[in-house]
Amino acid sequence: MLQRNSVRLAKHAVLVVLGFVMLYPLLWMVSSSFNEDTEIFRNVSLFPNAPTLQNYVHGWAGLSGVTFGRFFLNSFFIVALCVVGNLIACSMAGYAFARLDFALRRVWFAVMMVTLMLPFHVTVIPQYIVFNHLELVNTYWPLVLPKFLGVEGFFIFLMVQFMRNIPRELDEAALADGCGPVRIYWYLILPLSVPAIITTTIFTFIWTWNDYFSQLLYISNLHLYTVALALRQFVDTMGQTSWGALFAMSTLSLVPLFAVFLFFQRYLIEGIVAGGLKG
Amino acid sequence: MHTRPGAWKKHAIGYMFLAPWLLGLLGLTAVPMLSSLYLSFTDYEMFNRPQWVGWQNYTRMFSDPQFLDSVRVTVTYVTVSVPLQLLTALAVALLLNRGVRGLGVYRAVFYVPSLFGGSVAIGLLWQRLFGGDGVFNHILALFGIQGMNWVSSPQTALYTLVVLAAWQFGAPMVIFLAGLKQIPVELYEAATIDGAGVMARFFRITLPLLTPILFFNLVMQIIHAFQVFTPAYVVSNGTGGPLDATLFYSLYLYQAGFVNFRMGYASAMAWLLLAVVAVISGLLFATSRKWVYYNE
Repeated sequence: MLQRNSVRLAKHAVLVVLGFVMLYPLLWMVSSSFNEDTEIFRNVSLFPNAPTLQNYVHGWAGLSGVTFGRFFLNSFFIVALCVVGNLIACSMAGYAFARLDFALRRVWFAVMMVTLMLPFHVTVIPQYIVFNHLELVNTYWPLVLPKFLGVEGFFIFLMVQFMRNIPRELDEAALADGCGPVRIYWYLILPLSVPAIITTTIFTFIWTWNDYFSQLLYISNLHLYTVALALRQFVDTMGQTSWGALFAMSTLSLVPLFAVFLFFQRYLIEGIVAGGLKG
Repeated sequence: MHTRPGAWKKHAIGYMFLAPWLLGLLGLTAVPMLSSLYLSFTDYEMFNRPQWVGWQNYTRMFSDPQFLDSVRVTVTYVTVSVPLQLLTALAVALLLNRGVRGLGVYRAVFYVPSLFGGSVAIGLLWQRLFGGDGVFNHILALFGIQGMNWVSSPQTALYTLVVLAAWQFGAPMVIFLAGLKQIPVELYEAATIDGAGVMARFFRITLPLLTPILFFNLVMQIIHAFQVFTPAYVVSNGTGGPLDATLFYSLYLYQAGFVNFRMGYASAMAWLLLAVVAVISGLLFATSRKWVYYNE
């Protein structure tokens, strides 16, 4: 018994130390965001030795008169559109694959699974050329339109996995009551797929929020900047002097992700597992 | 009168629901892919008409020192960071498996870095953590170790990004944990009765039953690692430096295609990457029959 307890204690000791090491960089960043610039790199502890809110005020002022308020609004706007797009396109495709019977269904599903593994590099150059010809560079179209066309197959896969497990009898009952496939989708399958919808929403949120590459590619107008673009630009503009302000805005940029994590942790974990286990 | 009313309707409805995705497949995947395949055999700089040059873009790569650097950097990154990340994930998942008090809290703590890891904010933080006056050196100094500027030294810059990848072991760990939970407890009980020790149980039961998940994680992480862009871009301020030490394949492709507008060359790089990823996935799938355990 004594031995088992000491094993258990050792296990927890390892986990606690590892957890601390993992969180230390994040905690240090948050602490530094409340510290004065001159103190930041002298301070290894997780408590600011000269606490101030000045960094947040200074950082929020943003770039050339455009505040971080604008950048956050832009990011949220893009995320909201992407979520709507992914939900519409992926739930429709998911419904088709999971519940409907039509010619070449298996073929299209296999094609969809292959696109999951495709490096984005093979499509990005022609996409850019086309968006450029359509004069859609420096608009949000290139970031948002692909979601409305279900380019992120992972979510279709997620929807298919989920919708497959909804009992068939429900469809048959609805059919007997005179519901067509469209009404079954809208009144039956979608309401029953809420967990998959939530998972899709939060993953779209996280991935879009962090998707620096497309934003860098398509957005160069300061007024359209996202939080990620503004943060990167901040370093170039402010040079190596305003680290406190930078960390303050970095911290703020992670708050929405962290909030999503706190409130929807269960769906996040389930989403990862669904993608991983049944794949 | 109608022999099978709605036979065609069934297909029509299926395709109606599939329409957005099919449109995307055609317009944003298939046609762009074919276009970039064509462009990869041309000299195209955005402002001229594409000039057919045959295999020139492909042959030129192998005498382009920067391209060779980017391959070396990316291959090193993939071969070091993926095993490191997966082994850490597996080890921690084993520690967390079965009856650890506070599992939810630990899992959350270890998962958070995966959530943030790909962001610009973390890239900037990393640049500061491992810089000359960074916190890492201050911590080393507490132990009397003289640090250096890890980010600006060509020997170590890449490894700061490897550490960043390993830091994000949470996502594969969550998958491992779910897989471990599916292994029936009775198997362990029976093995223990038969006198199997901890090691025997791990190598005879846990590891074989976990191989499908290990395989999935391996494929996904390798594909993912080949495409890494944001951390390399942010930590090196977009340069891939010092001395190309963090010039990841994606970063060089971005520079070639969108900074220097050598879009033919960049397309060739993209197709080479696709070929390499396809071959590696193919090899993994082919060998998987030898080492992945399937119940059916």
